[in-house]
Amino acid sequence: MKKYSLYSLIKNSFSYHENWQRAWRDPIPKKEYEIIIIGGGGHGLATAYYLAKKHNIRNIAVLEKGWIGGGNTGRNTTIIRSNYLWDASAGLYDHALKIWEGLSQELNYNVMFSQRGVMNLAHNLQDVRDLKRRTHANRLNGIDAVYLNTEEVKKFCPIINTSPDIRYPVLGGTLQRRAGTARHDAVAWGYARSADEMGVDIIQNCEVKGIKRNGGSVEGLETTKGFIKTKKIGVVAAGHSSVIANMAGLRLPLESKPLQALVSEPVKPIIDTVVMSNAVHAYVSQSDKGELVIGAGTDDYVSYTQKGSHQIVEGTLSAILELYPIFSRMRMLRQWGGIVDICPDASPILSKTSIKGLYFNCGWGTGGFKATPGSGDLFAHTIANDEPHKLNAAFNLNRFISGDLVDEHGAAAVAH
Amino acid sequence: MFIINCPYCGERDQQEFKAGGEAHIERPKQPTELSDDEWAEYLFMRKNIKGVQFERWNHAHGCRKWFNVARDTSNDEIKVVYKMGEKPPLE
Ligand SMILES: Cc1cc2nc3c(=O)[nH]c(=O)nc-3n(C[C@H](O)[C@H](O)[C@H](O)COP(=O)(O)OP(=O)(O)OC[C@H]3O[C@@H](n4cnc5c(N)ncnc54)[C@H](O)[C@@H]3O)c2cc1C
Ligand SMILES: [Zn+2]
Repeated sequence: MKKYSLYSLIKNSFSYHENWQRAWRDPIPKKEYEIIIIGGGGHGLATAYYLAKKHNIRNIAVLEKGWIGGGNTGRNTTIIRSNYLWDASAGLYDHALKIWEGLSQELNYNVMFSQRGVMNLAHNLQDVRDLKRRTHANRLNGIDAVYLNTEEVKKFCPIINTSPDIRYPVLGGTLQRRAGTARHDAVAWGYARSADEMGVDIIQNCEVKGIKRNGGSVEGLETTKGFIKTKKIGVVAAGHSSVIANMAGLRLPLESKPLQALVSEPVKPIIDTVVMSNAVHAYVSQSDKGELVIGAGTDDYVSYTQKGSHQIVEGTLSAILELYPIFSRMRMLRQWGGIVDICPDASPILSKTSIKGLYFNCGWGTGGFKATPGSGDLFAHTIANDEPHKLNAAFNLNRFISGDLVDEHGAAAVAH
Repeated sequence: MFIINCPYCGERDQQEFKAGGEAHIERPKQPTELSDDEWAEYLFMRKNIKGVQFERWNHAHGCRKWFNVARDTSNDEIKVVYKMGEKPPLE
């Protein structure tokens, strides 16, 4: 693989950028792999990358039914932060944030990680108490967090309407300066390119249709490109996790629901951070192209249609307008939905199952993009050693039996 | 976004309704006898079907009555609406 550098950029400009090497191969599936990852989103590709890099397993395939990154990875609003309340979550998400900080260099691929800070607003007394409590909890876990009063919020992001007579006045907020955003596609592409270089077969347009079992262990997969043998399967299929679990006769504690986002027409730089508001469910940042990136909420019914209801978008936009009157004449350019896999405790599952050789990485719901590098690293560890890493031990499937839930619903800053 | 035919009020926009999740999950008859595994199955595990699923809906901003719906979750098409206590349609 040719290294990307200033030199390669200049060199390729002489041939009008028509001779760049393909970033990854387009292989025909082999008869058998040591490990197969189902799902070519960021988490699946990162899992394959860390399996190859840290565990030295090279005979791996990633099977993707569409194109890589075409699922939630390419549909999310890219907010990255680690200011979660509980110790287990703080450990998990901050592990990921630390990897983000060096990821572009490690992959030799610019994932455009931008630590522009994430601010979470409080709109009522309970919000204020919860956010202060979370700030303290974060600091005890070594995660940077500050609490801001209304004037400090206004100073950090001057376009916010902090007038006391709006419907939900801004009473304060928290700020994590190390938090920010990244370019979603680049994350999938960067992991794919490096995994491919180490020998991982990335097979697109290959849908898994069935799981073949021999008693209590897995034997292989039925796919649209034929049967492929393997003894270890890592399922990283986000909204479709339950569908794949069903192929193995399992049920998961998940519900798949549409989550929407939208972007505006591009404008000059106006907001240089990410601002989220849990109470009114509105969050906004600005992409490098200049579009406002706005996240809406989930619908309350199960659906696999990748489109949500209109009133959800309407609700979010009315909250945005109340908080940012300056956006009142903006026009929205595109709107879309993704199917998110929601766990009862709003925490993910990175776990072995009752079937030998079958592992699940799911339940990230509305907020897993931020965890992509950490999730891949820890899931690779879990598959390679048939044991969880200490950072993902709490996120096993057994917690729904023991009752040891990691309840981040409401406890975390916002769903994302 | 779709239209739901409330068995009591007729066709209304989906936003008048509250989704109640998977239908026909029976409350354990003898809760004290249940093992932790059985509790987990009852409380947390869901079929989460891609295809026709039986689910409960409540006409929250209308008559406020509960009823059942058979809906294809892959395209949000409603197949049948039937009342609480009725058996799910076979197909
Ligand atoms: C609108 C929206 C906004 C969001 N905003 C944020 C945010 O700001 N911050 C944040 O941290 N998170 C956010 N999220 C959540 C985040 O996108 C996800 O948690 C994360 O991207 C999941 O990554 P993944 O690789 O597990 O899933 P995906 O990228 O969805 O990958 C799963 C892949 O599996 C494939 N697949 C499924 N079934 C099969 C099969 N049978 N055979 C083969 N392949 C199959 C799919 O095609 C898909 O490509 C948001 C999500 C949405 C929808
Ligand atoms: Zn009604």
